[in-house]
Amino acid sequence: MSRLFGDVPAVRNFSLSLAEGEFVSLLGPSGCGKTTTLRMIAGFMPPSAGTIELDGRVISSPGWSLPPEARQMSMIFQSYAIWPNMTVAENVGFGLKIRKAPAAEIRRRVDEILEVVQLGGLRERYPAELSGGQQQRVALARAIVVKPAVLLLDEPLSNLDANLREEMRFEIRRLHDAFRITTLYVTHDQAEAMVTSDRIVVMSKGRIEQVDAPFALYGRPRTRFVAGFIGRTNLIEGRLDGEWVQFPGFRVPRPALEAQGPLAGEVLISVRPQSLHLVRGQAPGGARCAVQGRIALRAYLGEYWDYQVEVDGGKKPLRVMARPQEVFAVGEPVCVEVDVPQLVLIGKD
Amino acid sequence: MLRWRLPGDASSWLWLAAIAVLLVLVVNPLLRLVLASFQQPDGALTLANYAGAYGRVRHLEALGNSLVLGASAASLALLFGLPLAWALSRTDMPAKGLVWVSVLGTFIIPPYLGAVAWILLAGPNAGWLNRAFTALTGAPAGPFNIYSMPGLVLVTACYSFPYVFVLVKSALDLVSSEMEDAANILGAGTLRTTLSVTLPLVLPAIAGAFILCFLEAIAVFGTPALLALPGRFNVVTTQLWQFFEYPPRVGVAAAYAMPLLGVTVLLFWVQQRLTRRKGYVALTGKGGERRPLRLGGWRWPLLAYCCAVCAFSFLLPMVVVCQAAFAKAWGRGFSLDNLTLANLSFTLFQNSLTRGATLHTFVYGGAAALIALAVALCIAYIVQRQLVGRRLAGALSFITMAPFVIPGIVLAIGFYAAYTQAPLALYGTAWILILAFATRFLPIAYANSSSAMRSINPELEDAVRILGGTRLGAIRSVVAPLLKRSLAGAFILVFIPATRELSAAIFLYSTNTQVLSVLLFDKSDEGNFEMLASIGLILVAITIVLILAGWRLVGRDFMLRRSAA
Repeated sequence: MSRLFGDVPAVRNFSLSLAEGEFVSLLGPSGCGKTTTLRMIAGFMPPSAGTIELDGRVISSPGWSLPPEARQMSMIFQSYAIWPNMTVAENVGFGLKIRKAPAAEIRRRVDEILEVVQLGGLRERYPAELSGGQQQRVALARAIVVKPAVLLLDEPLSNLDANLREEMRFEIRRLHDAFRITTLYVTHDQAEAMVTSDRIVVMSKGRIEQVDAPFALYGRPRTRFVAGFIGRTNLIEGRLDGEWVQFPGFRVPRPALEAQGPLAGEVLISVRPQSLHLVRGQAPGGARCAVQGRIALRAYLGEYWDYQVEVDGGKKPLRVMARPQEVFAVGEPVCVEVDVPQLVLIGKD
Repeated sequence: MLRWRLPGDASSWLWLAAIAVLLVLVVNPLLRLVLASFQQPDGALTLANYAGAYGRVRHLEALGNSLVLGASAASLALLFGLPLAWALSRTDMPAKGLVWVSVLGTFIIPPYLGAVAWILLAGPNAGWLNRAFTALTGAPAGPFNIYSMPGLVLVTACYSFPYVFVLVKSALDLVSSEMEDAANILGAGTLRTTLSVTLPLVLPAIAGAFILCFLEAIAVFGTPALLALPGRFNVVTTQLWQFFEYPPRVGVAAAYAMPLLGVTVLLFWVQQRLTRRKGYVALTGKGGERRPLRLGGWRWPLLAYCCAVCAFSFLLPMVVVCQAAFAKAWGRGFSLDNLTLANLSFTLFQNSLTRGATLHTFVYGGAAALIALAVALCIAYIVQRQLVGRRLAGALSFITMAPFVIPGIVLAIGFYAAYTQAPLALYGTAWILILAFATRFLPIAYANSSSAMRSINPELEDAVRILGGTRLGAIRSVVAPLLKRSLAGAFILVFIPATRELSAAIFLYSTNTQVLSVLLFDKSDEGNFEMLASIGLILVAITIVLILAGWRLVGRDFMLRRSAA
């Protein structure tokens, strides 16, 4: 599906399907179209092109959309959207009341879910009397208690402080493991997506860049954007030269990269800073994949050293993450060992 | 391109109904006003109305008189309001609280009641000031005659200077002492600093206030009707009223109203431009620290001046109105044996005419406030929740705010032109008054509804809908409870002016639908000032009760939101 605002495309050719009980994140920088996508799925706006289906039934299309209230979904909003005029119990029980559940059952299920989100005993409080984290839990309880077909979360943790945010990441995943509700989670924070998700959809400028499990996304980024957005990386340009691929300062046998995809004249690879290793002085003779360079900048960050190594003919210095005891001086000639299986071929945009 | 994006659910009917009411209230009367100015009674197009309106010297003189009145009254209002605003905002003058209360008190006196009071004070021969003068000097007659242009200017200024005060004081409140310190440290004295730093910073506010007073003065009907007509001169509004004496000449009146409408729209536009240039005025939210200026011995002359202004506008008028309302005969003066409750009880209970008018005042005002608020809230919802395209939303906002720049008297002529014949023959019923009041104060309701709506995060409604509630359900269970308090405040802010409205009511009432303001004006030529004062006092009491109710409901600053409207 696609969505235009005026003539400006916000979401372009977005195509994704979720399995029952799966937890998928939409990850990308602000303005990449992830919230727009979520609001289309929720039914707050129709797509400009394409359709959305739920269990094989079309629920959104450019001409007609099932209104949000008929979709059996739940959503957690960036502002939590806890109704300030209702108590915690009234907030959480609202969806059940709309579904015309008997009062006794509403009471029981509200109490149950409040225990699950650790808010037992706060049922008669008003939202203004709760902390940010507690409000967040009310929003979670309110969304889960109706057992929705799909749970949508729109940057739910962005208003919390750092410690609470970390705690709530695990909480959200714990609740998912307990209830197995199909979940779509929008965030710009990769750590959040990594902790919570089965699969992550990386978006940029309204397009899907890559859909993969967190491990695969980090280890095998497919596009330049994903490689740069998920963690830090070195992007190195090289070119095909017979049976070798030549990079500034080193070369790699063609079959080693060709296994990852077809090679044309220009080749772009990504290699993580922690996959590179520094050795003092000259490269040992005959080592196939060692790069000669000089330390240009260094920063000591306690847990590791962050070195930038200048390589002859390289456009940008290589970043290398080294253990604290591997100390090199600025200007010192070094040899960077490249572990070939760690090189990732990036498709040309 | 105008684009309809109304949701395809039950709530659409509500939004369409609100838009339809808006057309009835604002668009149709204005179109009919313009149309009527080009139409003969039989509907044929003509320019004869314009010839009739501007073909006589008297009519042109009235236009000139209005300009003189507007410019003089606005200047006098500045003379009254500026020193008070400066004294209360920047100096260590004593008794600031007293002056402050008196200025607020001026707000609760309807201008036409002020005019009645000033007749008691400065009417030729019998007025209190004239009697005091003859008693003191032994002269045969006093020098004051309120039935004159200077008298009209004075009374008009007395009841518009509070605008100057409020606008300029709030601008002064935002000029931090640090800005003045910066001038002082560079060697400028107090006077130099005030004239070259403080004054220029609030100049846009002063200019805006001048324009507002000018517009108020040329649009007001009650004061000139009470003072200019007996003084045998006309201004635009009284001339318009005369066109309506039997048989009403609607076309001529409509043609004659055009310059009033044009000047008002133009000047409001200028005023908006002036006050929007905020970067220059430094009207940022944080004013920084302010220290009052030490006046030394000058404190007392300044206080005396402030007291004089308050005495003219509030104290003396209230005293003479109360005296007349509680007197057997006001001319017999202030003595115990002249005291009686008969006037008030007669007005409130015995006289069926005044009793009915009191009831009507409440019912019409309340109904008008409800209608205005309902329409304003719907339009605010449509606009803020982007239920329609951006241009259409802009147009709806504009139409809803338009009555703000339409003088009441012009609006009344439009209503008369639009609703005296089928399909909506409302003239003679209470509805035409209620709808006209609702229209006049629709902008107050809209400004309040809009800011109230803005404070509600749309996600609160989205949350209802994703859990299975409809849009109307979301409005009922979340929006309405959250808006309750601010809407109660807005209701009162519309109710207050609607209970004292005169300039539209005077064109639209019939014998069965009189309200207190109309009755007060109607009875003015009988010379029964005890009764006029009683009616006026009841109006003041209604206003005070409503203000107190507003304070209780919403908090003390709720009145201030009107000036933001």
